Amino acid sequence: MAVSTASAPRRKRRDSERRLAFWLLLPAVLAVFGVILYPLARTLLISLFEVKSAVAVDTPFVGLGNYVEALSASGFWGALGRTLYFTLVSTSIELVFGLGIAFLLNAKIRGRWLLRALVVLPWAVPTIVNAAMWKGIYNAQYGALNGVLSHLGLIDSYQAWLSDPMTALNLVIIADAWKTTPLVAIFLLAGLTAIPSELTEAAKVDRAGAFQRFFSITLPLLLPSIALVLVLRTVEAVKVFDIIYAMTRGGPANGTQTISYYTYVTAFSEQNYGLGSAISFIVLLIILVLTTVYLRMLRRSEMSTL
Amino acid sequence: MEGKNLRRVQRSLIAGVAAAGLMLTGCSVTGGGGGGEAGDGTGEINALFMKQAGYSEDDYAQIIADFEEENGGDITVNPTFVSYEALHDKIVTSAPAGTYDVVLIDVIWPAEFASKGIVADLGDKFPGASKDELLSGVIPTAEYQDKFYGVPNGPSTKLFFYNEDMISEVGATAEDLDTWDGVLATAKEIKEAGISEYPIAWSWAQAEALICDYAQLLGAFDGEFTNDDGELVINNEQGVAALEWMKQTIDDGLTNPASTTFLEDDVSKALAQGETAFGLNWDSTMRDLQDPEISTIADAAGVLATPKGPNGARPGVNGAMAYSITATSVNQDAAWQFIDYMTSEETQEKYVQSSQPSWKASYEKPEVIDVNPEVFAVSEEAYADSILRPAVPNYSTVSQIIQVELQNALLGKKTPQEALDDAVEAANAELED
Repeated sequence: MAVSTASAPRRKRRDSERRLAFWLLLPAVLAVFGVILYPLARTLLISLFEVKSAVAVDTPFVGLGNYVEALSASGFWGALGRTLYFTLVSTSIELVFGLGIAFLLNAKIRGRWLLRALVVLPWAVPTIVNAAMWKGIYNAQYGALNGVLSHLGLIDSYQAWLSDPMTALNLVIIADAWKTTPLVAIFLLAGLTAIPSELTEAAKVDRAGAFQRFFSITLPLLLPSIALVLVLRTVEAVKVFDIIYAMTRGGPANGTQTISYYTYVTAFSEQNYGLGSAISFIVLLIILVLTTVYLRMLRRSEMSTL
Repeated sequence: MEGKNLRRVQRSLIAGVAAAGLMLTGCSVTGGGGGGEAGDGTGEINALFMKQAGYSEDDYAQIIADFEEENGGDITVNPTFVSYEALHDKIVTSAPAGTYDVVLIDVIWPAEFASKGIVADLGDKFPGASKDELLSGVIPTAEYQDKFYGVPNGPSTKLFFYNEDMISEVGATAEDLDTWDGVLATAKEIKEAGISEYPIAWSWAQAEALICDYAQLLGAFDGEFTNDDGELVINNEQGVAALEWMKQTIDDGLTNPASTTFLEDDVSKALAQGETAFGLNWDSTMRDLQDPEISTIADAAGVLATPKGPNGARPGVNGAMAYSITATSVNQDAAWQFIDYMTSEETQEKYVQSSQPSWKASYEKPEVIDVNPEVFAVSEEAYADSILRPAVPNYSTVSQIIQVELQNALLGKKTPQEALDDAVEAANAELED
């Protein structure tokens, strides 16, 4: 080992540095253990038992029974389907609008700092407040959406927007995208500013058109940022819970019940903690697979650009 | 050497923490099973209430202040308020930690909470010696397998609220609203006269509120939730007729189509804002409709017992709630003293605007009746007959199945018969478990 060849005083100093590092890291290790590893292990453990009460004493071991039950329930697949739809649509909206906003904010215009600050505002709004706000906008009696559309003559009478399952899901997606698009935009803006302007200028000199410059230079260089944002947003979208809870509580007719909400209902409303834990582990596996795929893509795109 | 030692220390520390964690998980999967304690009858207790129907936050603040003054500060009470929709889950999730000593529970939860060890058996404390003085209908509110798990905070059902101005504009009177047929006929006139676009509002969101409205209509159509064997039977003639009736009112434009997103509060607001003429709601709604600060119909609010069905049946849904002591509370004696105070004849009579009393004698006292004359006038009729939701430990699961299928029919995704067939099939599979 390298340590054995070093002189004694240096080794001593390095050891004391290590000791310091260890003690400095210990609180973080404990915190990670307490808030991540321990709950994770507990959830895995509970998912193997039949636990029908928060204070249950009699909890028979059922092995993978809960996983089988979860995967054979139609409610699970329905919720998973809605979650995938939510993830796909919301992430696409956020990416497209985020990219557009990022380009606007990257343009050299006066008062750019102000615009950049303003754009972040929706993201700074707490989800619960955002949900209440959009619930108000969609309200069937006094909602702003009804007001605007009827003033424009697009609708004859006020609509109960959140009363149709599919419409409700789409409208929740819009509410969620409104809040998170700024985050995506800021991430992509960071990626944009990192692209050396010499490249595009050189391309301009070579008479490359705007589209060509975008697809041949900007987009490939932006791929790492896009991949990063994709990972973040996909994982978040699969986990979506709070905006659903605040806006629709999974209704109408389960139309907005995503997998996290389904898990919550199973575990806490129906007090079936074993099954609920099993479902959350299945969701964890799905997220893990998605993340692995994305990170692979990310690494490949980094290699190709560097 | 030192480096190696350090690594060994690190490794054993991490292993130790992990082992401790596994030991913690090993002794009981839930970590539950810790019993409550009686305590010494003094100290601080935490109480969980809801903000919706029944007593308001102000009512509770006053009750707590009076209680603390009466016991000389030996017991202090910290109240927490959540919406009805969050109440069940809050009780469940706080149970292992024993956060709350007193919790307000709904009439549909005693089977679940008692069988799962979340609320404590009150033993000989309730109904106790006062049994004969209480309304016989309220005593079993929190009864499960011959044991009592909570003290009822009074009888409660959904009454029929209406806008007096709107019905008199079309020449109708309260007598026309005695039957659902009469209600629909009046609603049609109100709609045609352009007074209200959608004269009826309901709480038909995917929530327990939907079950309560359906229960009352199911009763009016002479139906019941379960048969003598405890199986769900709402896909029979009566059950389907009630649901078809509900759907028809949407199709006829008499029911506000946004009702499928409404909870009770939304119905109350629609009435208070003069947008709608009729709505079923809990008995405390009168308090809000008569409050000129939040109601534009303070002088025009009327209330009746729930209208009669085709054969004259008019059962109210039993929506009573009860105060329970959590099984994990370590201050159960103090909790009991607070519950005993809250549900005493004297206290309940002070708040009859928010909730009807449990005591027979209260209904004879003119000074009590005068505070809320409209509701007292209909209470005898409203509580004469009631319809019960199934008292089973997995009621929450069954209720959610029914909620979704009722909505499927109301939104036109399935016919009422199909929806209820599916509900009955899925729910009975759960009930057999």
